Amino acid sequence: MAVVYEKTGILTDTPLHYCPGCTHGIIHRLVAEAIDELGIQGKTIGIAPVGCAVFAYNYFNTDMMEAAHGRAPAVATGCKRVHPDNIVFTYQGDGDLASIGAAEITHAATRGENITVIFVNNAIYGMTGGQMAPTTLPGQVTTTSPYGRDPALCGYPIRVSEMLATLDGPAYIARCSVHDVKHIMDAKKCIKKAFETQIAKKGFSMVEVLSSCPTNWGMTPREALNWLEANMIPQYPLGVKKEVE
Amino acid sequence: MALLTIATEICKGCGLCADVCPKKILALSKEINSKGYHPIAVTDQSKCIACAFCARMCPDAVIKVEK
Repeated sequence: MAVVYEKTGILTDTPLHYCPGCTHGIIHRLVAEAIDELGIQGKTIGIAPVGCAVFAYNYFNTDMMEAAHGRAPAVATGCKRVHPDNIVFTYQGDGDLASIGAAEITHAATRGENITVIFVNNAIYGMTGGQMAPTTLPGQVTTTSPYGRDPALCGYPIRVSEMLATLDGPAYIARCSVHDVKHIMDAKKCIKKAFETQIAKKGFSMVEVLSSCPTNWGMTPREALNWLEANMIPQYPLGVKKEVE
Repeated sequence: MALLTIATEICKGCGLCADVCPKKILALSKEINSKGYHPIAVTDQSKCIACAFCARMCPDAVIKVEK
């Protein structure tokens, strides 16, 4: 029998610590498959964030490093400048990248650092217990916005991809989702394109992936993906935000 | 003939694979794995068309698809 689909060897056999139905696992797999297909395992360096994906270094069969909260793009900058022939990617959540790490990601992007950023946006702080994040939708209930996020009090959510796409530095910025199989395939193409952008030395590349948090949203895994499709995609439109030829 | 191999010990029973299966031949098992989850199981292997939607949807990469 021929194998139609199996787990790529770029992922280790360590069971993922994520909650049941968390889409981090899907996104890990897409990144691993992109690395596998491009044949860059031996020269890839991943930077793990602080947040739910803090143990990402246990799951990728590549060189991995752990950065302080939000500082993954700064660590990646150092890595890439010292080892320009290596492929360097960061894997960050929205609490990490859009909040405490807003300065690092903005400046890494505007410098056009030749790194790839995988930005997982689930509109909430997952690991710390479901607090409001910069990406939380207006009206969304979290543990720190129990009556729903009020923009008059807390401001509006940040569309990170659109914001960074206004800068001159980035070469490729796209937003994808993983709420169904079609969008998972699209997300994989975007992630692969981002790595190809880095390999071609075109500059900074980032893929924002809309993700779910069934535990902290208080939903079943399927309800969470339906909620993502119905509420997050209107707020965060999918598509390529910037592409430099 | 298609064959699904499920790593029941690492399945967390989220059921996302069952939702995307076009033939609706995946369902949570009555068994409990060592983590305390009801893992996914195939109800009718003969109807599987090896589309691999389940494996692509699975967050924990527990499904291997052969044809």
